Amino acid sequence: MRRALLIIVPYCWLLALFLIPFAIVFKISLSDIAIAIPPYTPTLDFDAGWQGLKNFAKALDFENFLFLTTDALYWKAYLSSLRIALISTLLTLLIGYPIAYGMANAPDHWRPTLIMLVILPFWTSFLIRVYSWMGILSTEGYLNQFLIGIGIISDPLAILNTNTAVYIGIVYTYLPFMILPIYSILERLDGSLLEAAEDLGCSRISAFWLITVPLSRNGIIAGCFLVFIPVIGEFVIPSLLGGSNTLMIGKVLWEEFFNNRDWPVASAVAVILLLILIVPIILFQRNEQRQREAES
Amino acid sequence: MRFSILCLTAMFCLGISSMAEEVRVYNWSDYIDDSLLDKFEQETGIELIYDVFDSNEVLETKLLAGGSGYDVVVPTGTFLQRQIAAGAFQKLDYGKLPNAENLWDVIKDRTDQYDPGNAYSINYMWGSTGIAVNTGKVAEILGDDAPVDSLALIFEPSNMEKLAGCGVYFLDAPTEMIPAALKYLGENPDSHDPDVIAKAEPVLTAVRPHVRKFNNSEYINAIANGDICVAFGWSGDVLQARDRAWEADNGVEIAYNAPVEGALMWFDQMAIPADAPNPEGAHVFLNFIMDAQNMADASNYVYFANGNLAAQALLNEDVITDPAIYPDEDTLRNLYTTTPYPPKVQRTVTRMWTKIKSGT
Repeated sequence: MRRALLIIVPYCWLLALFLIPFAIVFKISLSDIAIAIPPYTPTLDFDAGWQGLKNFAKALDFENFLFLTTDALYWKAYLSSLRIALISTLLTLLIGYPIAYGMANAPDHWRPTLIMLVILPFWTSFLIRVYSWMGILSTEGYLNQFLIGIGIISDPLAILNTNTAVYIGIVYTYLPFMILPIYSILERLDGSLLEAAEDLGCSRISAFWLITVPLSRNGIIAGCFLVFIPVIGEFVIPSLLGGSNTLMIGKVLWEEFFNNRDWPVASAVAVILLLILIVPIILFQRNEQRQREAES
Repeated sequence: MRFSILCLTAMFCLGISSMAEEVRVYNWSDYIDDSLLDKFEQETGIELIYDVFDSNEVLETKLLAGGSGYDVVVPTGTFLQRQIAAGAFQKLDYGKLPNAENLWDVIKDRTDQYDPGNAYSINYMWGSTGIAVNTGKVAEILGDDAPVDSLALIFEPSNMEKLAGCGVYFLDAPTEMIPAALKYLGENPDSHDPDVIAKAEPVLTAVRPHVRKFNNSEYINAIANGDICVAFGWSGDVLQARDRAWEADNGVEIAYNAPVEGALMWFDQMAIPADAPNPEGAHVFLNFIMDAQNMADASNYVYFANGNLAAQALLNEDVITDPAIYPDEDTLRNLYTTTPYPPKVQRTVTRMWTKIKSGT
């Protein structure tokens, strides 16, 4: 009995915060666009009873999903989001791992301060931080003024409103999500293993590749998923730092919803986005579970 | 910054439960003298919550979703017309709007086509859509005889290719850009025929690679700072950018020109949503705005013309005499208006626009 209650609570949570909203979105994705309040048809009319429900069901169709296949924009946007997410995950890993490694090997009394420094940016609004990048990267911005000032370049670089700016923004924003899980693993790493390897004639570099990296695998995987999954649906960074060439599904979704006011198609895009994200989320869950089992 | 202010305001609204009477206004960004907002609160004792947007599409999304929570909104005439049809607004009670006698017949007649008899809305400001140039840089790139007052500047690929490095922004508004492209081709800019509208696509696609960004508000600062050289935007916004550059004294000189081929003339109308929480307060706000002195202050600050005849005597000299704000007879003849697209055509237009912007 207690067991059943324990299980019911998280399932209620899932039902209320995930399945019901998903059902609403899915329902809208089957309807048609209209200029009315709300901006789609048909709407469910409970007063009409069973007949109303039947008429309602009859008016729904998969037209909007078919539409997504006819326009190249959508699959290109999905692919482009995947590419941007993959590249930025790799970049954050390349930058985040050395930082986490350095933190884990820093003297004990330094570590709390270092962790604090990684977390500190979260105390400022995410939007304000992305906005300040606009000030840094713009043609007349601080970066260009600095580079021209010290004589490296003579003409300002156009970085803002390009994909480069999007990568900079994403790597900057998501770096803590990569550093923290890797750090938490490296910190617990048994130092005697490395000593043993060196005693047995292994160089420090090969000891790093043979022992540290494989043992921190779970941290790397967790960090990569924590970056990859939200970046695919990222909207704020590409819309503020990206230009007309930046194609991301989050931006397309926003445009369908707010610019085109096409809720049915926007909902269809969201449903597909969710289906695409389910695969990495399940893989992430499995990795976490395996880690827990290995620990216990 | 605008975005974050909006979010902060939203958070603020959630945090404070309404003790005093309040009225919530949703207006375009950079579209009022902030001191008027304080003045309203002092004069009426009503707390004013003022949020901003930068596209008609975003406003329409919120209105049609229902329950926007706003008491006064400011859509452009074409959007207003179909929002009225969708039942988004309530009729104005002119008994509560004594200052309505200040309104200007000329503008009332023109807005009649969107809202017959101004039953649902009053005109706030109006203007044209045209070309903003950083005069120094454009002359440097295209020579002194650059076609700065012609749509050829922004729709001729050879011009845009040269300007791209310096930076060009377009409006992210299909209802502004497509009529302009049609006008450039010599077609009827207000055409609702999908075949005619389709002719705008190659014009815009050809220059898109040279457009740095499609946005409705960022161009003001971008051109004032010298980050970009050319923008296709709204008259008063460009004149505000001109002033910001003056104030910053950064050597940037900005000029606004309504294209000689013809410029779109638009009217931003204040209206009260059907589900406004405080329609009484909304009427108080509308009446306050229609006061001659207040309306003149607003125009003196944002450089857009208003629909208030009594306010004209109180306008600054540089506002009332500037043909970019109050067009003379010749310019006026060159202005055209558009009407809303029917739903089916609307979808064609938005699809085309998404396609143009994303380059797919």
